Amino acid sequence: MKPTDTSSTEYFHKVVDCQWACPAHTPVPEYIRMIAAGRYADAYMVNWHSNVFPGILGRTCDRPCEPACRRGRVEEEPVAICRLKRVAADNKGDVSARMPEIPRERNGKRIACIGAGPASLTVARDLTPLGYEIHVFDGEAKAGGFIRQQIPRFRLPEEVIDEECGYILDRGGVVSHMNRRVDSLKGLLAEGYDAVFVGSGAPRGRELDVPGRKEAAANIQLGIDWLASVSFGHVTSIGKRVIVLGGGNTAMDCCRSARRLGGEDVKVVVRSGFDEMKASPWEKEDAMNEGIPILNFLVPKEVLHDNGRLTGMVFEKVAAQYDDKGRRSLRPTGEPDVTIECDDVLVAIGQENAFPWIERDAGIEFDRWGLPKLDADTLQSTEPRVFFGGDAAFGPKNIIWAVAHGHEAAVSIDLFCKGEDVKARPAPDVRIASQKMGIHEWAYDNEVSLDLRYKVPHMPAEKALRDITAEVELGYDREMAYRETQRCLNCDVQTVFTAKLCIECDACVDICPTDCITFTENGEEEELRTRLKAPAVNTYQDLYVQDGLKTGRVMVKDEDVCLHCGMCAERCPTGAWDMQKFLLETAKPKAHACHSR
Amino acid sequence: MSYLPKPKLHHPKLPTNAIGLTRRDYEGAISTLCAGCGHDSISAAIIQACFNLAIPPHRVAKLSGIGCSSKTPTYFLGAAHGFNSVHGRMPSVLTGAYLANRELIYLGVSGDGDSASIGFGQFAHSIRRGVNMTYIVENNGVYGLTKGQFSATSDLGSVAKKGTVNTDQPIDLAAIAVQLGATFVARSFSGDKDQLVPLIEAALLHEGAAFLDVISPCVAFNNHPGSTKSYDYVREHNDALNRLDIMLPRQEITASYAPGEMTEVMQHDGSVLRLRKMHADHDPTDRASAMHQIMDRKAAGEILTGLIFVDPNPTALHENLGTVPAPLNALGDAELCPGAEALERVNASLR
Repeated sequence: MKPTDTSSTEYFHKVVDCQWACPAHTPVPEYIRMIAAGRYADAYMVNWHSNVFPGILGRTCDRPCEPACRRGRVEEEPVAICRLKRVAADNKGDVSARMPEIPRERNGKRIACIGAGPASLTVARDLTPLGYEIHVFDGEAKAGGFIRQQIPRFRLPEEVIDEECGYILDRGGVVSHMNRRVDSLKGLLAEGYDAVFVGSGAPRGRELDVPGRKEAAANIQLGIDWLASVSFGHVTSIGKRVIVLGGGNTAMDCCRSARRLGGEDVKVVVRSGFDEMKASPWEKEDAMNEGIPILNFLVPKEVLHDNGRLTGMVFEKVAAQYDDKGRRSLRPTGEPDVTIECDDVLVAIGQENAFPWIERDAGIEFDRWGLPKLDADTLQSTEPRVFFGGDAAFGPKNIIWAVAHGHEAAVSIDLFCKGEDVKARPAPDVRIASQKMGIHEWAYDNEVSLDLRYKVPHMPAEKALRDITAEVELGYDREMAYRETQRCLNCDVQTVFTAKLCIECDACVDICPTDCITFTENGEEEELRTRLKAPAVNTYQDLYVQDGLKTGRVMVKDEDVCLHCGMCAERCPTGAWDMQKFLLETAKPKAHACHSR
Repeated sequence: MSYLPKPKLHHPKLPTNAIGLTRRDYEGAISTLCAGCGHDSISAAIIQACFNLAIPPHRVAKLSGIGCSSKTPTYFLGAAHGFNSVHGRMPSVLTGAYLANRELIYLGVSGDGDSASIGFGQFAHSIRRGVNMTYIVENNGVYGLTKGQFSATSDLGSVAKKGTVNTDQPIDLAAIAVQLGATFVARSFSGDKDQLVPLIEAALLHEGAAFLDVISPCVAFNNHPGSTKSYDYVREHNDALNRLDIMLPRQEITASYAPGEMTEVMQHDGSVLRLRKMHADHDPTDRASAMHQIMDRKAAGEILTGLIFVDPNPTALHENLGTVPAPLNALGDAELCPGAEALERVNASLR
């Protein structure tokens, strides 16, 4: 193998599994250490810079960081990263003084953001401190988009949405055009904006197409529309027996909302198997804990009605079958159909993009799935002034992806408005610094806690089910949060090896608690992986290889299960190993030198 | 040294041995020796060897004297019996323990100061009596605890950290062990676990006095140019006699070698020591050949390592004395105190 090149930012970034997995690349271990130190406001601001909505995401994020967490590979469960984020938000106090200043003097550029959801608000957040004037348009009365309309209040209190949208909309630089649905892109472009950002989401729920659907329409609702109606208080009750169709997080929100609005016998019915459901495992768990069964491998066949009054649904039983290429298909098992009686049906089987307001001759090209043709890095459409992000860009994803798109689009818009090449992406801001303070003292807490993941306290179910606005999760208290922070392995504190200092004494090999380090003859990666001190079977995780040793061997470290405990560096007599903190912040639009005050 | 204990979390695929223990179960407290000390590598090799042999840790007695080396039993086999004796007196305490209970596996750990100076006589007599033990000297050629004076194993002409040149002749403990009748003698290097671990395994299986001289660089005081026990010097001058593979009883023998390249020595317990020869003219079961090899390599300025001598049919002290097989602590009152009549018989036999 070639020696690992650590001069590019990518290698060490990938070692920080959580940050690498986060679409917005939030420096997770950095803020977890701050929470441990009781620096909640600092932790909040680290989050705020990266993901804009720490209080919201601390309750609702899809948490791609957690399945990636290294702790989950050396022990049973990952660090509760998402819920620690909420702790920072809950305990931060007043952070208004820490927010960037919005200059009174504008730079003369006006940007339109369509939709007031997380993607648009991120663009606004990133560009207002640079003097841009951002015009946000939304058809609803309040900002937040998906966050406000479709996430039930029992998961996300409205004050949190108000607060975090407020940090963007109420501090100057933003002109809000609420209750104004944009119905023509050409019209908007004619208003002379320097750039337009489309963050209008994926607003259309996918329809159910089975016999009886039209006849029984009065009691069949599309999940996202129904959730919005619940959210705005237009709907306050539902029938006793409810079927929720679909296996995603929207289905989970629907069933749990229905349970709180009078649904006593609420069932989730899913085409696929339990494990293939799109809903996050914890959301499924929360639903089941509220007495909601999830029925799998049932495909809707017919809606039963009595002269237009919904009475139930018929489902066909299927099983997953795999062809020789491993592709899955659902085949009928031939067993008798299943009939489930019900009073209401909520359809949450997917969302679709819809751009009826973009004229076909506005210069925006669409692909055959109805999505805009975009440059994947710059998010620029075929009309150079128009950029897309969030669900509107590549179809339904989640909040944290919308934020990530928002950051990229803001960078693009800034470059575009300055007349620079939008493809010339700025490099991330990277700092790497030794943590050594003494022979065995480090600037980070290197003790590895053996605690298992702490469960977030919940409100008792009987109490929670009585009030749709009562937040079910109570969040960690400070003490519990501290103990959970100690489970973090500090993967951003990198093990950095300098071969010319090494005397090959084996001290690091002997002390490593997880057998990560081997000194051996070099070879091709595939073969080398088999003859390390512990075989390196997780090929997604890199091998750190350094040559230049006196014996001609190479040092090979398998990053897979390294605890970042610093024992190798403590036991190294020559300082060949060092623990260095790698802090990466993705590029954000920055005030140009000549623009800065 | 480290303040914190080694984290308990281990590799998720850490294997277990025949008695269901992982290698980590054979560890002790975290070392307080200097970072990079060769002794820590020897501790790691002992841990690996005991794991490989699936030895129940509580069936091992680890004994030591005084010195850096003699601290190390704390750092391995935390569940074993231990005795930190007076300086140089480990061999007598070990002999006593062995006489009281021959069912334990005895592991004596000593250093060049402990065995070649203050305890030289003790070392000699435990070897010549044939105590069934594994006697490991962690040999760094320097008094580390007292800041780097030459020890009795420092080579003539080697240079101390501050520049003093050694004018005394060194004691070669392996050569003396061969001469004193040890039935297993080997030398190795802390920086070569591939060689060291099988040698420790073979020594632990050997049913007689097994002596291992392990060169172990002192990073703090004896790892500089001019030292003959530094990592660099030993790597450059290491002349291995052979490479050892251990075949445990009932283990299928798979590898095959051309005739003449390999010697097999069956030990008393049924284990087979398979030696891949690196010096064609050496017979490891020939004591005279062993002496010759040591002297020959020394004259050539090389450090001879590997299995130097092994007697496939060793005898040990208990057999020589005809003592009772059961451990003394397992004997009942009747056996231990047979009464006035028995005393009378003994006295009569001596009159």
